[in-house]
Amino acid sequence: MNLEIILHSGIATGSVLLFAAIGEIFTERSGILNLGVEGMMLLGAMAGFGTSLATNSPWLGVVVAIMAGGILSLAHGLVSIHFQADQVVSGLSLTFLGTGLALVLGEGLTGQTPPLLLDYNIPLLELIPFVGPALFQDHGLLVYAGYLITPLSWLYIHKTRPGLHLRAVGEKPAAADTLGVSVYGLRYLYTFVGGCLAGLAGAMISLSISPGWYSSQTTSGQGWIAIALVIFAQWNPFRAALGGYLFGMLRRLILDLQGPRMLFGIVNPLYVNSNYSFFLIMTPYVLTIIALIFGSRAIARKRAGSPSALGIPYIRGERG
Amino acid sequence: MSIKLRIEQRVEDVPKWLPIATSVGSVVVAFILGGIIFKIVGGKPLQALSFFYQAVFGSWAVFSDTMVKATPLILIGIACALAFKMRLWNIGAEGQFYAGAFGASMVVLVPLIPEDSPKVIVIGMMLLMGMLFGGIWGFIPGYLRAKYKVNEIITTLMLNYIIINWNNFWIFDQWSDRGFQMTATFDRVAWLPRLADYAKEIPAFSGVTLHLGVVFGLVAAVIVWWIFRFSRWGYEIKLIGDNPTAARYAGINISRNIILVMAFSGALAGLAGMAEISGVVHRLQESISPGYGFTGIIVAWLAKLNPFAIIPVSVLFAGLIVAGRELQPAGLSFLLQGIILFMLISSDVLLRYKIRLVRTGEESA
Amino acid sequence: MNPNDLAVEMKDIVIEFPGVLANDHVNFTLKKGEIHALLGENGAGKSTLMNALAGLYKPVSGTIRVKGEFVNFNSPRDAIAKGIGMVHQHFMLVPTQTVTENILLGLREPRFVMQLKKYNQEILALQDKFGLFVQPEAKIWQLSVGEQQRVEILKTLYRGADILIMDEPTAVLSPREIEELMDTMRSMTRQGKSIIFITHKLGEVVDIADRVTVLRKGKVTAEGESMQGVTKKDLAQRMVGREVVFTIERTEREVGEIVLEMKNVSALNNRGLPALKKVSLQVRSGEILGIAGVGGNGQSELAEVITGLRDCTGKITIQNEAISNKPPIKAIKQGVSHIPEDRTAVGTAPNLSLTDNTIMKGYRENPIGDGWRINFQLADQHTNTLKEKYNIMAPSVRTPAGKLSGGNLQKLILAREINSEPRFMVAMQPTRGLDVGAIEDIWALLLEQRQKGSAILLISEELDEIFSLSDRIAVISEGEIMGVVESEDADIDEIGMMMTGMQLERE
Repeated sequence: MNLEIILHSGIATGSVLLFAAIGEIFTERSGILNLGVEGMMLLGAMAGFGTSLATNSPWLGVVVAIMAGGILSLAHGLVSIHFQADQVVSGLSLTFLGTGLALVLGEGLTGQTPPLLLDYNIPLLELIPFVGPALFQDHGLLVYAGYLITPLSWLYIHKTRPGLHLRAVGEKPAAADTLGVSVYGLRYLYTFVGGCLAGLAGAMISLSISPGWYSSQTTSGQGWIAIALVIFAQWNPFRAALGGYLFGMLRRLILDLQGPRMLFGIVNPLYVNSNYSFFLIMTPYVLTIIALIFGSRAIARKRAGSPSALGIPYIRGERG
Repeated sequence: MSIKLRIEQRVEDVPKWLPIATSVGSVVVAFILGGIIFKIVGGKPLQALSFFYQAVFGSWAVFSDTMVKATPLILIGIACALAFKMRLWNIGAEGQFYAGAFGASMVVLVPLIPEDSPKVIVIGMMLLMGMLFGGIWGFIPGYLRAKYKVNEIITTLMLNYIIINWNNFWIFDQWSDRGFQMTATFDRVAWLPRLADYAKEIPAFSGVTLHLGVVFGLVAAVIVWWIFRFSRWGYEIKLIGDNPTAARYAGINISRNIILVMAFSGALAGLAGMAEISGVVHRLQESISPGYGFTGIIVAWLAKLNPFAIIPVSVLFAGLIVAGRELQPAGLSFLLQGIILFMLISSDVLLRYKIRLVRTGEESA
Repeated sequence: MNPNDLAVEMKDIVIEFPGVLANDHVNFTLKKGEIHALLGENGAGKSTLMNALAGLYKPVSGTIRVKGEFVNFNSPRDAIAKGIGMVHQHFMLVPTQTVTENILLGLREPRFVMQLKKYNQEILALQDKFGLFVQPEAKIWQLSVGEQQRVEILKTLYRGADILIMDEPTAVLSPREIEELMDTMRSMTRQGKSIIFITHKLGEVVDIADRVTVLRKGKVTAEGESMQGVTKKDLAQRMVGREVVFTIERTEREVGEIVLEMKNVSALNNRGLPALKKVSLQVRSGEILGIAGVGGNGQSELAEVITGLRDCTGKITIQNEAISNKPPIKAIKQGVSHIPEDRTAVGTAPNLSLTDNTIMKGYRENPIGDGWRINFQLADQHTNTLKEKYNIMAPSVRTPAGKLSGGNLQKLILAREINSEPRFMVAMQPTRGLDVGAIEDIWALLLEQRQKGSAILLISEELDEIFSLSDRIAVISEGEIMGVVESEDADIDEIGMMMTGMQLERE
C-alpha cells in the first residue's frame, strides 16, 4: 500500500465526482434539483466510448458525451421549469431514461477497445517533492482541468456579476425577475451546464479513469454519490473537490486492501477469505450516508446552506 | 380575426377521465417511441409487441408466468405508493426486497427453527422475518430523515448497494452450496404453495407456477386501499404529503409518521422479497430481481398511487418483463420505463392547465 | 390635459386572469411631480394595474403612454428603461446578499468581476442625495423592515427612475417610520420625481396625496380627483359604494375567569435572535385582548409559543393546564384554536378537499373520528352544513381548498376553528387581504364567539380592527409588551407611541 499511489489514484477517480458534483452545484444554485445525474453520466460514458470507437477520436467522444448529457438535462429543464412538475420525480425519470438509452444504444460495446484519452505530465510541477508525482504525473488532461475548474467555479459563483444573478435566481427568483433577470433562461442554462458536466464525468470514466464499457457497472452509483457530495460540500466547489478526491482515495484503498498477505503486522483477513471484500465494497456507500448525516446537521445548525428556492418551481407574480 | 392557442390555469375541478387518459397515453407514447428506438438499433418492434401480447393474453401457462412476475411488482408498487403519498421518496424498495429475502432465508439457512417444523410455522416465520428485515431497511432512512433531515432518496439508494453486497457475502461465503454462488435449494417445507402443487387433483394446473405470494399482494392492496380511504392514519398521511406545515399545525406528529411509513413501506417490499425466495427461486442467490424495486416506482406513479389500479399496471409491466426475456437488448425495458415515467410527469401539466382555442379580436368575458 | 405634461397616461386598460376580470377599461393618469394615490380594497385591481405599468403583466387591450410616448412593455427591463421603478409591498430582496448586491442585481454593469468597494461608494453618494441611509455592506436579513424598504427605494433610484410606484409601503412600518417615508416622498417630488402610491388606508390618502384614483372591483369609481376638501368618508364611499360602518357594535359583557395565562415568556425567532422578552399576559373568558403592533415585533412567535409550534422559557397555561413547550396536539386538546397568519402556507392543504380541510382539527373526536376510522360521510355532511352557515362559495365540498378565494378560505378556516367551541382562540391577522364585506362577516363571527364565552387573543396590524373588536388593548414592540389599556380609555396617539417602543406612562 503506497500512499503516493493512493493519492494519485484518488485524484484521478475523484475528478469524475468533482465534475459531476460541480455541475450539480451550478444547477442547484439556480434553484433546480437534478437527480438524473447518474443517468446522464452513464449516457455520457456510453456516448463517449461509442463515439471514440466509431471515429477513432477520444476527444470527439468527449464532446459528444458532453452534448448527450446536456441535451438530456434540457428535458429535465423543460419539465421542471416550464411544466413545473415535481423535480424529484422528473430527475428520477431521467435517471431511468439515461440509463435505458445508454444500455440500449450501448449494446455491443462491451469488450471493445477504442482509442482512449492519454495521460500527460506537467513539467516542473511534477518535481515537487511528495505531492508532485501524485498530482502532476500521468493524469489525463481532464484531471488537470479539474484543478482549474474548482477555483474558477468558486470565483464565478461568488465574485462575478453573472454569478450574482445565478445566486439570486436560486435564492429569491422573484427579486431577480422584477429586475429583468430571466429566471427561466438562467435556470435552463445552468441545468444544461450541470448536464454537460455530468456527461463529461461519464466520458472520463469510460475513456480514461476506468476504461471500458461495463453496462450499468460503469458508473455503479457514482452519480448519486456526486449528488450527496453537493449536500456534504454545502454547495461549495472547493469542498466538493475535496470530498471527491477523498472518495477516490477510498476506492483505491479498498482495492489495495485486498492484495497483501500482511496488513499492519497482522494477517490480512481479506487475503484469507476474498469474500470479505464485499464489506469493503460497501464502504463508499456507507460513508456517503455518514457524510450526508454530517452535511445535513451542519446545514440545520447554520440555518443556511441550500439555495432557498431549490426545487420550487417559479411562477411569476401574485395578483394584487 | 385569427385563432390562437391559449394556455391558462384550470379553475374548476379536473374531469375524472383525464388522469386515466394521461396514464394510458403515456404508455402508448412510450411504446411508440421505444419501438422507434428499438428499430434504430436493429430490433424488430412488432415482433416484440407480439411477444408482449402473448405474455399477457396468451396461454394460461405464459399468463401464469406473467402473474408470478407481477406478484413482487404489486407488493412493491403498493410499498412505494404508501411512501409517495406522503411525499417520501422511497427509492430503496429494491434493497428492502433483498433485505426481506435475506431475512426469510435466515429461517431456513441458520436455521432459526427446528428443521422438522410444520409448513405453517416455517412459512409464517419466513413471512415475519421477511417483513422485519425489509422494515428495518426502511426504518433506517426513515429515522435519518425524521431526526437529521437527511435526504431519503440518497440514503435509500445507498442502502440498496449495501444490502446487495451484504447478501452476496453470505451467498458466496457462509451459505454457499458447495462453493457455487448460491445457497442450497430449500426444503419443500419452505416453499410457498403453488398451483402446480395441485396438478394431481386438477391437471390443468400442471406446470403453473403461480404461488401464494399473489394473495399477499391482493391482501396488501385491500389493506392499503382501506387505509387511504377510510382510516385516520391514511388521512394524516395525505395531509402530511400535501402540506406538512398544516399537518404540524393540526397536531400531527410528522417525525413519527415518517418513520412508520418508511418502515411499513420497507416491510411490504421485504414481503415481496420473501415471496420471491419462497415461491419462485427456492434459494438465496445473487440475482433475484430484474429491478423490481425500480419498476415498482413507475408502477405506483402510473397507477396514480391507487392500490387497486396498481394490480393491472403490475400485470402490464410483468408482461413487459416476460416478453423482454426474449428480447435483446436488455436495457429496453429500462428505457421504456423511463419514457413512461417522463411522459407521465410531463402530462401531469395537463391536469393543472388547459389549452383553449381562442379567436383573437373577440371580446372575452 | 395635454398628454405631454403627463408622466404616465393609461387608457382603457383591460387585464384578466382565469376567471377574473382584474382591470375593466381603466383610465389612469399621473402628473409630473405629484403624489397620486391609487385607492381600493384588496382585490380591487390596483396592484395588477401597476404591475402592468411596471412591465410584469401585459394588458389584453388599452394603451400606455410614458412621458408622452406610447410604450409596449414586454418585461420589467423595458419599464425600467423608461424610468419606471416599482417598490413592492413584499420586498423583492435576496436575504443572503448585501444591500449593494441587491441594488446591482439585473444590471449590465459591472461587466464581469464584481467590484463591491467601488459600488458601495456610489450607493452611499446616492443615499446622501435622497436622505435614505443604509449600510451598503449589510446583508438584507440583518436589516430592519424600514431599512429594507429604503433598499427597495434605492434600487429604483439607482436605475434613474423618475416615476415611482409604491405598493402599500406603509403596511410594515411603525407610525414614526411612516412619517419618515412621507417626508422622503415629499423630498423626492421636490426633486422632480412623480409618485404613485397604492394603498387601502384612507387616512394616508388624506395625509399625503395630491390626487386620488379609486378602483372598485376592477373599475374606476373616481378618476384622478383632486384631494382638496375630500374626507375619509367620501373616499370610503367610492371604495365600497355604500356607507361604510367604521365601528361595529360591541355589547358589554361580563368577563369570566382567566383562561390564558402567560408568565415571563421568552422565545427566540428562526434566526436565533430574541423575539419575545419576558411577556406576561392574561386573557379572560368572554373578552378579546387585542395585541397591536407593527409586523415583525414578535407577533408570529407569540402565536407560535401558545399553539405549541415554538419552544419558549416561562410558563403558558390554559385554565391552569400547562401547554408551553408541548407539541401542538396538547394545545389543541386543551381547546386552543388558531387562525394562522398565513392561511395558505399554514392553515390549509391546497390539494385536499374542503372536507379534508374542515376536519383537520376535529378528526380525532367522535362522531367524525371513530377509532381507527374516519366517517367521511358524516364529515361531508358536517362540511356542507358549515359551508351553508358561513356562506363559503365553492362548487362542492370535494373541491380542492386551493381553488377558493382568500375570503372564502379564511371563512373555511374560521368555520373550522370556531366550530369546536374553543375555550381560547388565537386570531392572527384574521382579515388580512379581505374585502370589506368579508371583513364585516369575520368581525361578526369573532364577536359571536366572544359572546359565547371564548377568550380571544387578537393579533393584528390594523388599528381599526383592534379598536373595533378589543375589550383591552396591549401593544407589542420588539418582543415586549409596552402596556395594556382598556379600550374605552385607549388613545390612538398613546397606542402609536407604544408601537414605536415607548413604555406606557400611566399609573
